[in-house]
Amino acid sequence: MSVGDNSGGQVSGGLRTDPKSFIVRGISMLGQLAIPIAIASFTIFNDGDLGDLAIFFLPIVLAIIAANFIITYLQWARLTYSVGTADIRVDSGVLSRSARSVPFERIQDVSLEHKLIPRLFSLVAVKFETGAGGGEDLSLSYLSNEEGERLRQVVRERREGEALEAGAGADSPQPAVAEEDARTLFAMDPRRLLIFGTFEFSLAVFAVLAGLFQYVDTFAGVSLWDPDLWTEWLGAGGSTVAAMGGMAQVLGVTAGLVAILVVGSATGLVRTFLRDWDFLLERTARGFRRRRGLLTKTDVVMPIHRVQGITIGTRLIRYRFGWHSLRFISLAQDAGAASHVVAPFAQLDEIAPIVEEAGFALPAGDTDWHRASEKYRTDSMIMDAAIFVLPAMISGPIVAYNAPEWAWLVVTILLVLAAVSAAAALYAWQFKRHALDARQIMSRSGLLSPQTQISTRLKLHSIEIAQGPIARKRGYATLHLGLAGGVFQIPGVPIDRARAVRREAMTTIAATDFSQLEHA
Amino acid sequence: MSSTTSAIEQSTSEPPPGDFADPDGALTKVHPNYRTVLRLGVVLAMIPVLIAALVAEAVNAEEQFIPTGIIAGVATLFALVMVIRFPSRRYGARGYNMGADRLRVVRGIWWHSDTIVPFGRVQHIDVDQGPVERAFGIATMTLHTAGNHNASVNLPGLEQELAKELREEIRAHIKRESL
Repeated sequence: MSVGDNSGGQVSGGLRTDPKSFIVRGISMLGQLAIPIAIASFTIFNDGDLGDLAIFFLPIVLAIIAANFIITYLQWARLTYSVGTADIRVDSGVLSRSARSVPFERIQDVSLEHKLIPRLFSLVAVKFETGAGGGEDLSLSYLSNEEGERLRQVVRERREGEALEAGAGADSPQPAVAEEDARTLFAMDPRRLLIFGTFEFSLAVFAVLAGLFQYVDTFAGVSLWDPDLWTEWLGAGGSTVAAMGGMAQVLGVTAGLVAILVVGSATGLVRTFLRDWDFLLERTARGFRRRRGLLTKTDVVMPIHRVQGITIGTRLIRYRFGWHSLRFISLAQDAGAASHVVAPFAQLDEIAPIVEEAGFALPAGDTDWHRASEKYRTDSMIMDAAIFVLPAMISGPIVAYNAPEWAWLVVTILLVLAAVSAAAALYAWQFKRHALDARQIMSRSGLLSPQTQISTRLKLHSIEIAQGPIARKRGYATLHLGLAGGVFQIPGVPIDRARAVRREAMTTIAATDFSQLEHA
Repeated sequence: MSSTTSAIEQSTSEPPPGDFADPDGALTKVHPNYRTVLRLGVVLAMIPVLIAALVAEAVNAEEQFIPTGIIAGVATLFALVMVIRFPSRRYGARGYNMGADRLRVVRGIWWHSDTIVPFGRVQHIDVDQGPVERAFGIATMTLHTAGNHNASVNLPGLEQELAKELREEIRAHIKRESL
């Protein structure tokens, strides 16, 4: 019945998830129940007659809890999974039964997720990523750590076996090679996290606070947005501040800004530490393995041949200090995002070896970069400015008619914005370029900090040259490259160059069949 | 409306489609019946426009905002231009090329698009026929790829037999459907 009895059995039918997962579910369910019960009891007991009501109330609460435990138990008891020769099956459901089967060859990755409460019981949620859309992945929560590892190993071996059968995986390593010979590619120590967190300045906490205020406002009846409340509160203090003169006011504003800065940085630090604690990227026999997280530990394996492309990004300020991030575009999903962060905060010389390991190469110094069309630059400047010029043309006369004293201000602001956005388009054009080398296609863009996207020519699935009416008249086009799991487009390429790029890339693509891509 | 019926008679008796070319090589036109199917679609789309015009005309007849017949006249003219001009232009812009290892599909007048799908990247192929398409003996071939962009590439207006032939030809290139 329990997992232990069947461990080792390969084709055995009907394994259950770990019995302790029942406890974990019970606890998290109690957590969900606790708040409604607390609120309900608060409102009921508020009416007095404590003793009498408690006698009626307590059995109901206990009954609800008991019913929930029974349902959870039944759900646990009726969920079984089995590892067959060709697929993994999960049968579940109390009243309506459902059976799902996922063939091994469709499983992209097996990821293990250690959430806080299950972790205390050394349990793990195992997710079989199939690349299916709409969150329809198969997952088992929760299994013991060992069982999770075993399943992952089994899936890998099956996939490996299939690859060997297909005869294309001749160079893939022995399935028996376990995680022991893992090689660390990138890790982040607390010191690096500290620097990273400082750059992750975030004002999200203020949004949360505003939300809380709103909540207090609605439920507690305290009108926090009412200016009278604050004037009354600050009545005494405010007048003294006003009396202290300009210097004190300047100091006050400065103190406020410093406070925002401190809170923002602290938020960034906390978030970074929670997400990226113990960040470790390793090269294992099967591909890249990434582990990270403080409270929720995640463990993801990305097979090398599934890496479709890479993106190197950075931000305005950290770019000046040479910090970049590296992401892999892969078919499997990573917490909802299509790309996997493999180095969130690293110098380029740390990124280069990882990129190389994935079979890509950073653009060399003598790379033949091609700029976007100059006509594209002109057109995008005009279009970006028009977004503000048109409202200025419409609102100008209207404001002039209704409130003449404001007309100049409104029109001036809109025109300044138009000039700024035209200048931004011009500046962005300076960075927009693309290049083609023997194996890769690369594109770079960005306003004040460059983002580089690299994909192997081999792994493109289609190439489209698209032109709108303006682009067609002005002789440039957008290159859409069909990338599995990601989007890759290069806008504003002169039409002749676009055709040339496509011709050359096609020679590489057409030479290799899709099925060989898997192991290329 | 009468132009449509004559167009059907014409197109069925027309010789095989002629080719055209652009800098990336020669393109084959799709079957002329595709133009007829497009035209039928436009006719259907224009019926509500004409009805709306007649209703507006009836409302106008009571109040006489504008001279009688203007609205209906403009709407009829618009519908005629759309029915005669639009399908031909669209048909003229569409072409394809079956290479040894790739399919090229070109379409669009205003929003022009030119897509190449290597046979080696095709996941699976559909050949679909709607009721109207079936009546005119044409079919739509759809190639599915694993890329996020252009996950499915349509090529409508192929003669049904040709569509099946093309499908077999492309399928021969797909060695194994993986993923």
